[in-house]
Amino acid sequence: MTRYEFAEDRQAPTLIARFIQRAHIDLTLLVALLLLAGLGLTVLFSASGQDAGLLQRQGVRLAAGFAMLLLLAQVPPYLLRQWTPWLFIAGLLMLLAVLGLGVTGKGAQRWLSLGPVRFQPSEMMKLAVPLMIAWYLAEHPLPPRPGRIVVAVVLIALPAVMVARQPDLGTALLIAASGFFVLYLAGLSLRLMLVGTLAAIPAALALWQFGMHDYQRQRVLTFLDPERDPLGAGYHIIQSKIALGSGGVYGKGWLNGTQAHLEFLPERSTDFIFAVFGEEFGLIGALLLLTLYLLLITRGLYITTRAQDTFSRLLAGSLTLTFFVYVFVNTGMVSGLLPVVGVPLPLVSYGGTSMVTLMAGFGILMSIHTHRRLLPT
Amino acid sequence: MSAQITIKDYIQESQLTLNRTVLALAVIALLFAALVGRLTWLQVTSHAHYRDLAQENRVKIEPLVPTRGLILDRHGRRLAVNLPAFSLELTPELVDDLEATLAALGELVEISDSDLERFRSLAARQPAFERLPLRFRLTDDELARLAIDRHRFPGVDVQARLDRYYPYGAALAHALGYVGRINVAELQTLDPVAYRGSTHVGKLGVEKAYEAQLHGVVGLQEVEVNAQGRELRVLKRTAPAPGQDLRLALDVDVQAAAIAALNGQHGAVVAIDVRDGGVLALVSEPAHDPNLFVHGISRDDYATLTASKARPLFNRALVGRYPPGSTIKPFLGLAGLASGTVSANQRKYCPGFYQLEGREHKYRDWKKQGHGPVDLHDAISQSCDVYFYGLAHELGIERMHDYLAGFGFGRATGIDVGGESPALLPSPAWKRAARNLPWYPGETLITGIGQGFMQATPLQLAVATAQLARGGLAVTPRLVLEPAAPPPPRPPPSVAFDPAHFRLVVGAMTDVVHGARGTARRIGQGAEYRIAGKTGTAQVFGIAQEAKYEEEAVAKHLRDHGLFIGFAPADDPRIAVAVVVENGGSGSRAAAPVARAVMDRYLLGNRW
Repeated sequence: MTRYEFAEDRQAPTLIARFIQRAHIDLTLLVALLLLAGLGLTVLFSASGQDAGLLQRQGVRLAAGFAMLLLLAQVPPYLLRQWTPWLFIAGLLMLLAVLGLGVTGKGAQRWLSLGPVRFQPSEMMKLAVPLMIAWYLAEHPLPPRPGRIVVAVVLIALPAVMVARQPDLGTALLIAASGFFVLYLAGLSLRLMLVGTLAAIPAALALWQFGMHDYQRQRVLTFLDPERDPLGAGYHIIQSKIALGSGGVYGKGWLNGTQAHLEFLPERSTDFIFAVFGEEFGLIGALLLLTLYLLLITRGLYITTRAQDTFSRLLAGSLTLTFFVYVFVNTGMVSGLLPVVGVPLPLVSYGGTSMVTLMAGFGILMSIHTHRRLLPT
Repeated sequence: MSAQITIKDYIQESQLTLNRTVLALAVIALLFAALVGRLTWLQVTSHAHYRDLAQENRVKIEPLVPTRGLILDRHGRRLAVNLPAFSLELTPELVDDLEATLAALGELVEISDSDLERFRSLAARQPAFERLPLRFRLTDDELARLAIDRHRFPGVDVQARLDRYYPYGAALAHALGYVGRINVAELQTLDPVAYRGSTHVGKLGVEKAYEAQLHGVVGLQEVEVNAQGRELRVLKRTAPAPGQDLRLALDVDVQAAAIAALNGQHGAVVAIDVRDGGVLALVSEPAHDPNLFVHGISRDDYATLTASKARPLFNRALVGRYPPGSTIKPFLGLAGLASGTVSANQRKYCPGFYQLEGREHKYRDWKKQGHGPVDLHDAISQSCDVYFYGLAHELGIERMHDYLAGFGFGRATGIDVGGESPALLPSPAWKRAARNLPWYPGETLITGIGQGFMQATPLQLAVATAQLARGGLAVTPRLVLEPAAPPPPRPPPSVAFDPAHFRLVVGAMTDVVHGARGTARRIGQGAEYRIAGKTGTAQVFGIAQEAKYEEEAVAKHLRDHGLFIGFAPADDPRIAVAVVVENGGSGSRAAAPVARAVMDRYLLGNRW
């Protein structure tokens, strides 16, 4: 009989290395995340106008995020896989509850109160949907048959539509993307994807022509072309381009960004914090930040390729690609490449709801990587 | 065996995902490269440009709110205007301690709880760099106090705005509607670009229906500001395009004459230009002061208005549903002639009551002793109920429904301001659907005198009267003359009747006013033109079979509604009028004089 060795069983040379191994930590991911969190706090201090209280609140959130990461890294993938359907069903029920009796915050129903704890089931769905689709597709040989693709699409659309009705379109799109990435990694025919995209065009045109109010069309136009609304979305973009561009190669230096400190740049602590970063640390700083993100992403994809079962592979890949979407949509928006969508810059933007989810995702990645069985000895 | 297959699948699947991962990585690399390219372009290539922009970035962009279009009457008198007023505004982002500032401002100017409440709800949903109104209509004293202490309040501005004002107040409330502050629900549906900086939107009536024309197009200006945010000079300005002025068909004098003639009684008056459907007067009494709503009505004022039994907010002219009573008779007379149910010279004997064959129940005439032998002409001019009981019985409810529908009863008139009730034109099909009950023959009889289920709005009555005056040619009422609205998508059907029938009915209606025994002969005295009209009295209160209706004995709110419809001059109709006086008693005494006053004012001007 072949003997298998678990990664954690292999004797590490030093005490620290042994601890890291025992705690199921992936050092590359952890270091990159810690560096990002550090850079994030640094720029947040400047962007918030040196608000120590705000920094402290963000610190607490980061700590909670890292705790979540370490917790999930201890859960072996096979356990996660057993929980998946229940997690998904629970998430759906909670979404139903939110639509029924959620606490309305900022005009939209997203929160569910459980005693003193308030949380957003839509955040949980960002994990539950890729888990569920990976669980469902891994049951049978890949690539999935047409019937199973249809079921998977329904499983993605159900929570996505419910979240969109809260209404939280941004999160709904991220949920749908995370599910779609699983399908993509499972070998969904590229031709089918192309046909689907082409079919969406006449559907979108029909919706534009017959399914939309005039004001909704105006909003779509403004979304695609922010300059149309020079006092709203257009103002954001103009000011953030000035912030980035005036930063130059070396930046104006920490706490010296005029765009941020003279309050021309709106939402500078949250969605537009990348502009502050680029203004104060220049192209060099921005490239450093992007390199860290790229490091996290390539590490995630490496973990994907080294994963030892289909479920883990699909899950790891989807989590990594979703993370990339966050980074790219935010930086693309701030630099004026993409329309203005309310997506935060992971680990840097002020705010906690999505950070804990992202950290949980990295916890799952670490778990997948550190619970591997090594080659037979 | 099966283990081998699994292993094969495993390798294949592993390879598949690997391929997909590599492809994804390639796309990611490409997108990152695009991002780096973009950053390089911004931060290296265009650095000098943006550095200059940032150095000069003392530029704030402000919306320039367009001036709302005026509303004028047909002679150009101003019914809705814009008056300059000063408001106190705050930019939350520039205020260090919002609560302390609000408290300190409260000592200089009066800030009510509802002002604070509104400000806080605005602040919760608008970005912090947006300037938000705190108080409207500052007094001169308050302006002076603010000017002295202005240095104490960075981020606080006094802004000159134009406020909507309705010089005629309550007299035109139901005709014009009003503007009010944009609320949360409207925020969702208004175009955010077009309404940037706008604080008000049409809420009702003309102001709402013609919002697109009245609002205008927003402009913007780039303003240079110093580091404290104080504006230094305007760099670039795109002027707003003011809203379009509207000219109404309404004549303020006619409107005033109608209100004066109602003399404080509750009711409605609608006058229509027979030739083009222009609404000359649209009165619903009592009314409220629309100026109260412009800046958000106080809770107390609103509670007073809604709690009032007189219902001043209720637009009786457009949504008040009244039994038309005997005013329905000219239309049914035409139906009777057209269908051949009655002929012009055929006489019927009126003993003062009508009985269905084999039934005990007596359907009574308003004149207890009866009218004796009457033909259609007499039946209309003297308003004989018994004649019309018989006519209705022979015509049947289905045909009555169809003929009356031809005059627009039971259907919205399509008036350009909308917000009207279709009221109710009953039919057996309607009763089955709405009440799940069969139609009884007795109900046909009372429909014949405009009682029972039948209901009409004063607007519908006026429109039907105008159509009668035009020889059956349908007319769509409209408040706004210019800019001309597009014609209604489905113009109401005209009815084709024999012109001889029209002459007969109009002749009878002329005798209502000018005949020796006409029910409204009192208003015909001294008239310089001839009026064709019809009185109506609508029961509010059911009377027992043998009891006599004693007006004095019945509580005011249970007394009959008085109605009158008519047009003038009878031989060359120009104006059609419908009057409803709630609990006013008989149509001849309460409603007809109001119509005469309206017609006099329109046809004779100031000479009466």
